[in-house]
Amino acid sequence: MDLRFTEAEEAFRAELRAWLAEVLPTVPPEPDRYDLVARRAWDTDWQRRLFDAGYAGINWPAAYGGRGATPAEHLIFLEETEKARAPYVGHNFVGLLHAGPTLIAEATDEQKAFHLPGILTGDHVWCQGFSEPNAGSDLASLRTKAVRDGDEYVITGQKIWTSYGNTADYCELLVRTDPDVPKHKGISWLICPMDLPGIDIRPLRTMEGSTEFCEVFFDEVRVPVKNRVGAENDGWRVTMVTLSFERGTAFVSELLGAIELTSDLIELSKHITSKGVTKWEDAGLRRDLGKIAAEFDALWSLTKRNISQAQRTGMPGVGGNVFKVAYTETLQRQGEIAMKLLDRAALSIEDIGDLPNGRQVWGRIHGLSMSIAAGTSQVQRNIVAERVLGFPKDR
Amino acid sequence: MDFELTDDQVALQDGVRTLCEGRFPYDVVRAGEDSGGPIDRGRWKELAELGVFSLRSDGFGVADAVLAFEELGTALVAGPLVETHLAATHLPAIAGASDGTAIVGITWPSDLIVAVEHPDDLDVLLVVDADGIRRIEVADLQLQAAERPLDPLVPVSYTRSALPAGELIAGPEVAARWQLEGAVLTAAQQLGLALGATTLAVAYAKQREQFGKVIGTFQAIKHMAADMLTKAEVARAAVYAAACALDERSDSDPVIAASVAKLVAGDAAAFAAKTGIQIHGGMGFTWEVNAQAYWKRACVLDTRYGNSDHHAELVAQASGR
Repeated sequence: MDLRFTEAEEAFRAELRAWLAEVLPTVPPEPDRYDLVARRAWDTDWQRRLFDAGYAGINWPAAYGGRGATPAEHLIFLEETEKARAPYVGHNFVGLLHAGPTLIAEATDEQKAFHLPGILTGDHVWCQGFSEPNAGSDLASLRTKAVRDGDEYVITGQKIWTSYGNTADYCELLVRTDPDVPKHKGISWLICPMDLPGIDIRPLRTMEGSTEFCEVFFDEVRVPVKNRVGAENDGWRVTMVTLSFERGTAFVSELLGAIELTSDLIELSKHITSKGVTKWEDAGLRRDLGKIAAEFDALWSLTKRNISQAQRTGMPGVGGNVFKVAYTETLQRQGEIAMKLLDRAALSIEDIGDLPNGRQVWGRIHGLSMSIAAGTSQVQRNIVAERVLGFPKDR
Repeated sequence: MDFELTDDQVALQDGVRTLCEGRFPYDVVRAGEDSGGPIDRGRWKELAELGVFSLRSDGFGVADAVLAFEELGTALVAGPLVETHLAATHLPAIAGASDGTAIVGITWPSDLIVAVEHPDDLDVLLVVDADGIRRIEVADLQLQAAERPLDPLVPVSYTRSALPAGELIAGPEVAARWQLEGAVLTAAQQLGLALGATTLAVAYAKQREQFGKVIGTFQAIKHMAADMLTKAEVARAAVYAAACALDERSDSDPVIAASVAKLVAGDAAAFAAKTGIQIHGGMGFTWEVNAQAYWKRACVLDTRYGNSDHHAELVAQASGR
């Protein structure tokens, strides 16, 4: 056990910091949260800058155009970019964190050669076509069907919760290719261009008011068989590769953002007075904030431990599930404190009266999605109970 | 950056675990409940021979010590283990702490009550505050025994009088270091306790049947157990990270890291202990089943080196600077 970074890792950090200091002032101002077209342009512009500087696909193998960084360097990258307030991964999330790593692990050389560079440069934006109205936590029960017709699959069905479905170029799409076998054994993983005839994309408005979340309808959409990744009906295994990546380092930026929000809340509490006394002088509130800060600090240590494990074993362990359950609970408690602290100023989602509502109130709302997205806390607890503690499955 | 245990650390942890399982199985240790929970000097000596007290003076770090104390916490080994270890580490003038011939205890000044654990077993009693470490004589305290201690293996005596001045044996710097290491080693015991309570409850939920199934099939039970493990694993990261900070093998501030560890591990222990009782149902409320022993010890450990509220305040003050 030694949590210090090596000289090489510190050199990597210094070089990255210097680059960030140089490049960030030239990045255009962040567009409105609700302007998706402008967001795509901004997110992919940042991705292009990363690519040109050699930081794109930080943890991807160098053989596939990535940086080939170690998990520790990956952590440093996420830490430094977040602390410098560099643009978030945004539109590039699915490509860089799900689809890309899955393609690297499972795709043909031809598929890799075409798709990986597009993800790294920001030219191609990906979305995820996994969940369906009747296949949420029970993802394997998905029903969108793909019927083979010569060298094409004909796809009919509906996907939901597809972030950036309306701005993406490609979709990692799960379809049922065999309805007559147990549910996990009849699924295939396809690369689906989003501009094919028969695809109808309808944005869903989230409780944040944003519209990147979509329903995607497929009406006899024809996808070439050569777009399949992995063997026919082996898509569930291919999917598990993707999900294990999602539960690894995917929340590092989020956590660092939450730590910063906690510091901001503490600052804020020193400037809000009630009957002549600052909120900070309220011992109960102080302890609540101290507890949140302590839990986030412990979660930062857990992140390092998970990354350390990944460095040794090559795969993130179950620590990712533990992290997500604990992190989302603390995040939501933090949001509750923010709402109480802002009191009636919390009635606006945007900053009013020089108060940081934009981040704090929006953060409270966004936090509600965090214990649902990427596997609900209940699914995570099932995984911990069954895979780590060895409880019997009841499903 | 490496959070994983070295081979030597794994061996150390295995050694302590083996000793605890062989010589301190709780059902055997419980035999002392009826006689007021005296410390068994023979077993104490065995802990010393394994190096529990002398680890640090033999050149090991806090990151090694926490692994030993985690195991002692899981096994609910009673007695002033942390203080005897710290005396062997920082107070060479106190003879016999390393080899287990001197049992070194601690108490804290308080406006409410001064409570001394294991008063009849102590060879040395210390008081640690911001000014330094003082040695006081148990006999000078005019202690009164609590007839029914909360934890039957942690006998307690008390006084409502002020503490005598005693003899100053170390200055403020050693005292501050003692406080930090004491918090982290106690947090390690709390981590171990949380894991022990979880193991016991999980084993029960896998064999207890209701409605024709083992109760561990029900999500209500699974999710409670998953939360127990989740809190313990978060605590493990915090405790190991704090130990590394004290060893100067991390960039983190050791003062904040120690408070984070004590707070998070204390919460994990309290949660696992009470949830373990709940999973055991009616049996969990009996004296016979050990689930209650974890809860009682969790309460004892929370009062040592500052409780959760104390450390929440410290973290808030440090974060607000």
